[in-house]
Amino acid sequence: MSSESNIDLYRRRFLSGTATAAAGMAVVPGVMLHEIAHAKPTGDAVSSDVRWGMLIDSNKCAEGCNDCVQACNDEHGLTGFDRPATDAQWIRKVKLKDKQTGHTQTLPLLCQHCEKPPCVDVCPTGASFKREDGIVLVDKHICIGCRYCMMACPYKARSFIHETLQDQMPHAPRGKGTVESCTFCVHRVDDGRTPACVEACSAENHNAMIFGDLNDPSSEISTQLKQHNTRQIRADLALNTGVRYRGI
Amino acid sequence: MKTLDFREINGGLPFYMLLGFIGVFVLAGLGAAYYMEHNGHWVTGMSNQIIWGTPHVFAVFLIVAASGALNVASISSVFSKSAYKPLARLSGLLAIALLVGGLAVLVLDLGRPDRLIVAMTYYNFKSIFAWNIMLYTGFMAVVGVYIWMMMEQKMNRFTRLAGFSAFIWRLILTTGTGSIFGFLVAREAYDAALLAPMFIIMSFSFGLAFFILVLMALYNWSDRPLGDATLMRLKNLLGVFIAAVLYFVMVYHLTNLYITERHGVERFLLMDGGIYTQLFWIVQIGLGSLLPLALLYHPSTGKSRGWIGISSLLVIIGGLAQMYVIIIGGQAYPMELFPGKEVSSSFFDGVIASYTPSLPEIILGFSGIAVALAATVVGVRVLRFLPVSLADEQVDPHYSADKEAAA
Amino acid sequence: MQYTRFIVLALSMLAGTVAPAMADDLLPYIPEAQGRFSEAQGCVEETQDMRVNHMEYILHQRDATVHEGIRDKQHSLVECINCHVSDAPDAPRVSSEKHFCNSCHTYAAVSVDCFQCHADRPVETGSHLHSLSPTALSQRIKPAGEADTLTPENLQVLVSGGQQ
Repeated sequence: MSSESNIDLYRRRFLSGTATAAAGMAVVPGVMLHEIAHAKPTGDAVSSDVRWGMLIDSNKCAEGCNDCVQACNDEHGLTGFDRPATDAQWIRKVKLKDKQTGHTQTLPLLCQHCEKPPCVDVCPTGASFKREDGIVLVDKHICIGCRYCMMACPYKARSFIHETLQDQMPHAPRGKGTVESCTFCVHRVDDGRTPACVEACSAENHNAMIFGDLNDPSSEISTQLKQHNTRQIRADLALNTGVRYRGI
Repeated sequence: MKTLDFREINGGLPFYMLLGFIGVFVLAGLGAAYYMEHNGHWVTGMSNQIIWGTPHVFAVFLIVAASGALNVASISSVFSKSAYKPLARLSGLLAIALLVGGLAVLVLDLGRPDRLIVAMTYYNFKSIFAWNIMLYTGFMAVVGVYIWMMMEQKMNRFTRLAGFSAFIWRLILTTGTGSIFGFLVAREAYDAALLAPMFIIMSFSFGLAFFILVLMALYNWSDRPLGDATLMRLKNLLGVFIAAVLYFVMVYHLTNLYITERHGVERFLLMDGGIYTQLFWIVQIGLGSLLPLALLYHPSTGKSRGWIGISSLLVIIGGLAQMYVIIIGGQAYPMELFPGKEVSSSFFDGVIASYTPSLPEIILGFSGIAVALAATVVGVRVLRFLPVSLADEQVDPHYSADKEAAA
Repeated sequence: MQYTRFIVLALSMLAGTVAPAMADDLLPYIPEAQGRFSEAQGCVEETQDMRVNHMEYILHQRDATVHEGIRDKQHSLVECINCHVSDAPDAPRVSSEKHFCNSCHTYAAVSVDCFQCHADRPVETGSHLHSLSPTALSQRIKPAGEADTLTPENLQVLVSGGQQ
């Protein structure tokens, strides 16, 4: 049964990919006029016309501020058990201090949604996968909890759920024995909204985080990336991350 | 050379007592696995920083030893050394038994062990882990066929071919096991092509140490003669393999010491790492490599069965320490995301991760060894794996010449 | 010794006479849903179709949602829960036999794996999927009369795999 649905999945993916590509090309001129992340109709599959990305400006990131982390925890019900070593963290604030100069700065660190994710390469069952629109996810239905993706992730983005959970958020299913990480709030993105962390950062007018379509040259994130010098963390690994940083 | 006679070991009370003793450890392991799975992994010492812990140390050790245990059979079938031929069947059995033990620990530690069927039906062929799953199960089949060829007289003419296939298969398998770590670009202690051949050499050493211990124990307890000709050959071979492992370890560390970028992790492993440094120098190098080498090649201890047994045991302990340093020490050192910066966060960035093995993990690890031993003991009781006699006059191809020379 | 067979026979006959009377107590009580899919249909598919095939719909939908982002509300697990489970604080959770899913699953002795990860009751959050279409999935039409319990007749159909 599983192999049948896999074949169907591949066929459907191929057909929908081709069809959506054609439709996308036809519709693009009208689409370009829209500004922020436009919701795709719920019945349609995602396509690689879109590549979601994030731009984080470390210069605008305040040291004591935890808004993005708090928003993510609230959005996904990451309550934790007062055990920092094993509690899940999808996004965290990292403080950097230059060993030579003493200069300090902070930035949020989350799953980088690489174009060539090592976590996807190493997953034995294919549970860790990259969606067509660039979002790297864990299919928790087939995750066996081997944690190899956690070994492979260069950014320590993944968390393993070490205990039985209850009262999960309906839009963020998570359970014992599987691995998880930041999903770019995929349930919000599919609905035409932005991730919770970005929304919280903008709501407080820090504006350190921008989310958008990297494939759309007229999106805010693309214009900013073209204007300013940005970097990927561990760029030497050539993973082509979807999250870029200013000020590091 | 006289024709060999293989026979099962005797049953009776001593057999059942031994099996019962081993069975206690197996049951304890199952209990530990249930406890870990039911409560979730927070009851273990593993965390989001030390992702793979003591169970993986034991599991990888057993899997590596399994591949090496087949060495004796390979030497007889592939390299046509007839002195090793009587040992080939036991070698095959031990290889399968150790692999089963290692896999049992690995599967029982999974976050979702109930999804084993998923692991066997959904494959991502870019993952070396997925390839390993197929290599491990295939290994059991290939070695099973090899043993059959050896046991079934009509099939004896295929033994060479089966032995060759098993030999190639286990080289690929151990390369795959080493590559589990070697392919990880993220962590400085792993990202090395050398790890695959190093694991192969380690398999030679650990597998042979296990083989010697099991051989000596089985022959001692079933009152069968084990001649010096066989045992001396094996112990000399073990010495060679220990030295080879030392060479690979040296090359690995010397290379890393030359690379400025890797000075941090090398300093951690070789000097500042606390338990990891102690395990490396005292247990892996000292007790596990240099001391056995001295014991095995010294003229007096090298001929003593007791010392040979102790040396093999030291090699095994040293091997476990080596796995611990590689697997856990390699994870404890933080990844370098921001070169030149001191990093701190709520997710343990930039700090050495701490890890204490918990009791369920240790019990689960040892139960893997117990499963392997139980399978071996049952195997030699049920089927004809052990020659009735390994006395010199039976198995030594140069026997008559020696006798004449002595006389 | 020769009476053993007789005693066993007598006991089983006694049990046989009593069992039909107890039958209704042995069958699961399935709690009533909070709404209807439409006037014509109680659930998103025909009730009998759902009884036999709901697993197929769920398995198919989960692949489509996770891998392709197709968030089809008709087969969405969240919507199943929204309709079939009450969000009252004292409503039964999945650990109890009175939870909608568990009522049948305990009876059929088939373990349900979904709720290790998925929420087993509706949660009002600001972030759940907004309905983009004007008509909500469940028209929240209250059922006219009796609850949909599993009667022996329905059970017969279910056991025979949909064939009457």
